[in-house]
Amino acid sequence: MRILLLRVIAILVTFIGLYMLSQFVTYQMDPYYFQVLIECGVYIILAVSLNLINGITGQFSIGHAGFFAVGAYVGAAWTLIWQPMVVGRYSFLQMGTLHGDILNLLIALLLGMVSAGMAGFMVGLPSLRLRGDYLAIATLGFAEVIYVLLLNINSIGGARGLNGIPTLVSSGNLALFWVFLFVIISIALSRNIMQSVRGLTWLSVREDEIAADAMGVDTTKVKVTAFVTGSVLAGAAGVLYAHFLTGISPDMFNMNTSILITTMVVLGGSGSVTGSVIAATLLIVLPEMLRFLKNDRMVIYSVILIVMMLTRPQGIFGTKEIGFPKLRRKQSKTEGRSA
Amino acid sequence: MRIFIQQLIFGIQLGSLYALIALGYTMVYGVLRLINFAHGDVYMVGAYIGFYACTYWLPFQRLSADPHATIMNIILAVVVLLLSMLLCGALGVVIERFAYRPLRNGLGITDAHFWGFAISLPVAFHFHLFHKLSDGFGEFLFGIVGYLMIGGIVGYALRPVIRWISLRTVLSPSRLNALITAIGVSLLLENGGWLVFGPNPEFIGTMVPERNFKILGGVIINSSQLAILMISLVLMLILRHIVLHTRTGKAMRAISHDIDAAKMMGINTDQVISVTFAIGGALAGAGGMMVGVLTHVQITPLFGLLPGIKAFVAAVIGGPGNIPGAVLGGIIMGVAEAFVGGSSLSTYRDAIAFAILIIILLVRPAGLLGRNAAEKV
Repeated sequence: MRILLLRVIAILVTFIGLYMLSQFVTYQMDPYYFQVLIECGVYIILAVSLNLINGITGQFSIGHAGFFAVGAYVGAAWTLIWQPMVVGRYSFLQMGTLHGDILNLLIALLLGMVSAGMAGFMVGLPSLRLRGDYLAIATLGFAEVIYVLLLNINSIGGARGLNGIPTLVSSGNLALFWVFLFVIISIALSRNIMQSVRGLTWLSVREDEIAADAMGVDTTKVKVTAFVTGSVLAGAAGVLYAHFLTGISPDMFNMNTSILITTMVVLGGSGSVTGSVIAATLLIVLPEMLRFLKNDRMVIYSVILIVMMLTRPQGIFGTKEIGFPKLRRKQSKTEGRSA
Repeated sequence: MRIFIQQLIFGIQLGSLYALIALGYTMVYGVLRLINFAHGDVYMVGAYIGFYACTYWLPFQRLSADPHATIMNIILAVVVLLLSMLLCGALGVVIERFAYRPLRNGLGITDAHFWGFAISLPVAFHFHLFHKLSDGFGEFLFGIVGYLMIGGIVGYALRPVIRWISLRTVLSPSRLNALITAIGVSLLLENGGWLVFGPNPEFIGTMVPERNFKILGGVIINSSQLAILMISLVLMLILRHIVLHTRTGKAMRAISHDIDAAKMMGINTDQVISVTFAIGGALAGAGGMMVGVLTHVQITPLFGLLPGIKAFVAAVIGGPGNIPGAVLGGIIMGVAEAFVGGSSLSTYRDAIAFAILIIILLVRPAGLLGRNAAEKV
């Protein structure tokens, strides 16, 4: 009972803290840095969610931008296309007021996450048959098919993309709140999965799929669940990004984005949530920091990437985590007492 | 029917180019189980070498000025082809030596010098050290010597760092790692190409006279198409000979069967892997040169990306590691793309490659000609 209370308090503190931080930062920060910060948040969600598939479950997926794109486009489709169709009948969906914006954002998030999850399910199914490099190529191909579809469907802008998406995320200075709420959700989800019995089955699929199968782990279910969870989070990142930037185009979700997200996971150390977070921040901030080098920056960036892979193949963190082990020990002690 | 055959010929021409690139992918995959993402960029470099050789390095005659220049130009074009193959083969070897070999064996002291040169390349560009030959030979030489000196100093300074690091590096057998390294090399070649070749698209004019031949039923076949087909065929036959009938080829097959056992049998695996990369690079260079010189495509530093990926898909369709499979996959890919490109769905022509890929992977995960290896527990 006490533990439940503690958790509720922790969640409340997180919410209020994020809200206040969001209000504070939006007023104080230079818009350029703010944009970089939000971009970091979005990519942290993507990297952590891909880490669920690649690092924890050991499936070799390199097409994460596809799910990102599905989320972004479906979310934007709600606010630009579907919402105006139904707003006449349901006037509470009207945008412009704070609660109207939040309601619409939540609906967009829901739609984006569900459709990205469905896409993840469709990619997860072939993963039953494929493994290793073959799965990697199939996921990359899937992302590329989504990209070409986005380029060719005229009702969502084709190659021009969708513009003029309302800035639902930023209304009420809540941009930081929404993005980092999902950052926290994805990190907490990964952490809880890794520490639960269910997570052990995921890890066992990574370590040795045949042995896991022999021990009675439903590997099919684990793999599909991992894909769906990862893609749902990527979809959420897409919705947030679309409603922050107000304009999206297919080129934002091409193969380079997929590769960038994969690089984040590997650079941070596959399997390490902390690593994914730090590598995502690094890979977004680094090109910005190298901007004074103009055209040379991408060369230096790629050299750093190669040298990094050669000198520290296990990634920055390996499979280690930074956390609060002391706090956790105390918590588990109290848990033991209450039980 | 006429249009059908016309598209078929175009598809086979496109497909033979894909097949040339796919061969490099499939050979490297067979030997190292590595998806060499940088291969498409080697193809890009091949096209650029073709461009520079045709416009600056070799004395091509303007066809309009001198009608007797034809024979001379054809001989020069063959020289360009060989040059492009040679340089791209060398590039393949360099990539293997300094990016993929340290993944297997750890970083060595000599790698420090290479990375010193690699890091100082953008620095040299930043300070406008490089001059074009047209700026005068003295400036040009000054730039080159300056770059070599800076690179040498940086490399020498890196030596203790590399030694310190290499003692602490735990080699990882992870495939994902190798893949990211390959992606890094690909990014390096693209962005390095952006610096060295400039971002403007280049274009090679008609260097070799072109003629249209009419064959049965009004189908037209271009002499360039014919040349591409013939050269690809010859190169593939040479490759087949190397792989099947030489000692190196035998060693390659042994390595692709089991690298550790091959090592124990006394095969110098590193050397054979270098040769594999050289052959793959040379084939990609030939493909790039032919695309640039014979089909007059616009060349940009990024133009290797998509053909590279498609060729890779072709290799997977045929069964990675399988040489006839790569050729078959390339032809299938080229023909499919030509037909989709010629139909009303032409905007989807880039998606067809991946659609075929996903279908093939679902139906025959090991590729069309690949063997389905049973997994041992």
